[in-house]
Amino acid sequence: MELRAEGIGHRYGALDVLDGIDLSVREGEILAVIGPSGCGKSTLLGILGGLIRPTAGRAAIVGDAPQGCLNALTYVFQDFALLPWRSVAGNVGLALEHHPLSRGERHRRIADALALTGLADFADAYPKQLSGGMRQRVGIARAIVVRPAVLLMDEPLSALDAQTRELLQEELLAIWARERTTTVYVTHNLMEALRLADRIAVLSRRPGRLKDLIEVPVPREMRGEPGHAAALTALHDRLWQSIRPEAAAADREIVDAA
Amino acid sequence: MPPDAAARPVDFRAGGFEPRPGRTAPWIAAAAILGAWQIASAAGLLPDLFMPSPEAVITALGRMWASGELTLHLIASVQRIAIGFAIGAAAGLAVGFAMGIVSLARAVGLPIVSALFPIPKIALLPLLILWLGIGEPSKVATIALGVFFPTALATKTAVDGVPRNLIRMAQSFGMPAFAIVLKIVAPGAMPGILGGFRIAASIALILVTAAEMIGAEHGVGALVLGAGNLMQTDKLIAGVVLLSIMGLLVAAGIGALEKWLLRWR
Ligand SMILES: Nc1ncnc2c1ncn2[C@@H]1O[C@H](COP(=O)(O)OP(=O)(O)O)[C@@H](O)[C@H]1O
Ligand SMILES: [Mg+2]
Repeated sequence: MELRAEGIGHRYGALDVLDGIDLSVREGEILAVIGPSGCGKSTLLGILGGLIRPTAGRAAIVGDAPQGCLNALTYVFQDFALLPWRSVAGNVGLALEHHPLSRGERHRRIADALALTGLADFADAYPKQLSGGMRQRVGIARAIVVRPAVLLMDEPLSALDAQTRELLQEELLAIWARERTTTVYVTHNLMEALRLADRIAVLSRRPGRLKDLIEVPVPREMRGEPGHAAALTALHDRLWQSIRPEAAAADREIVDAA
Repeated sequence: MPPDAAARPVDFRAGGFEPRPGRTAPWIAAAAILGAWQIASAAGLLPDLFMPSPEAVITALGRMWASGELTLHLIASVQRIAIGFAIGAAAGLAVGFAMGIVSLARAVGLPIVSALFPIPKIALLPLLILWLGIGEPSKVATIALGVFFPTALATKTAVDGVPRNLIRMAQSFGMPAFAIVLKIVAPGAMPGILGGFRIAASIALILVTAAEMIGAEHGVGALVLGAGNLMQTDKLIAGVVLLSIMGLLVAAGIGALEKWLLRWR
């Protein structure tokens, strides 16, 4: 399924957050969205998945959801959004409970999602017993258990320490490679975007406008190879040059939200 | 590194401000107070009529238990509390959830509930007696009202406190509104609701005592008042002890409920 932003703009009261975003997320790609903090990345993602009503333009989908998909547009949240009173399996199963599935199908899906995220031995654990990395694995398992058409990830790894983030990037790619689920990946981390994405959408500081849309020139599988390091470094530096002044300005801003 | 004669140790500065409950100290303190009381009574320092000895109070309790009087009073009070609490809590939960979830219910309900909450509900007993008669319904209604308001407000506040992001998450998975209330809002609000029950239960105990003092044949409140009128101080204090035990038991019951319902914490 393809997901489109058609002239999306948004304001919170007097605060102009997004302006004229036109963007198409292609079937099967990972599109990273980067931009300085406060530029409206989360707002854009919220609009794309139907959690925020835009004040201008619209989000639209093209094509059908794949077989077995129970929730076409599915989020992975930065703060995990787990229910502390439910076990790991309970949190993952939550996404299925309002769908008419057979017991067997339900269990199979949950078991698959837990296995895929390395949580098989943690089904009965509670969120408070888990590390941040494990909690986000639960968030990911809950997302893939519904076989989404599009995954919407809002800085899913930014609450984690650097090493855990590294591990989860690898796992995310491995999981993504199985189904090649269309993914929008919001991050403020340039390296992360360069590692995961097919394309990178760069937003300007608030009000966020689409400043750049870049195809990462090296195939994902070869990005670790030394032969491609120079190309990636060059792209990294170019992107950073364009983001740097905006990030600095955004950092020094006082926000008066209405 | 070997200790250096010229080096001075860094002083520890972070002591205190960490009160810990003791295991034996509370029992010793309680025994000491009771013992001192008993000794003072035996020595004639406390006049029996105004402050009977602990022994006399226990004897009075034993007498009432043997005659069946104790059971009669206890059952009357517990029944009123149970029925009044059940009605008040059920209504309070319903209104509290409505105010926490539905804009119209909040707009209409919150000012009314907030305005009526501070009224000491015992002041309404005469009115309720006019409406419902002197019998059980007016007493139960007083308790129900006393329980309703704190429950409704605590529930509303607890619902407000359920993290928005959890509700958004459920919506993002297409969960229907009713399921969100049941699976996200209700469990998320449970700690606050149980806190409200604690307050409501202590109010219920106050109100049952007061209502029974105003017009009841049986009940611990009636027992205390009647004993006072007859200057039977030992019986009077026995009644007060009963009330204290009832309060402790209710608190322990809610504590157990919390432990079970909130075992995920
Ligand atoms: N619900 C809201 N009400 C008012 N202002 C908001 C709201 N959500 C976000 N904002 C403001 O809008 C701007 C963009 O927010 P957000 O989309 O979260 O940015 P990002 O995810 O890029 O950091 C920020 O300045 C933020 O303070
Ligand atoms: Mg954000």
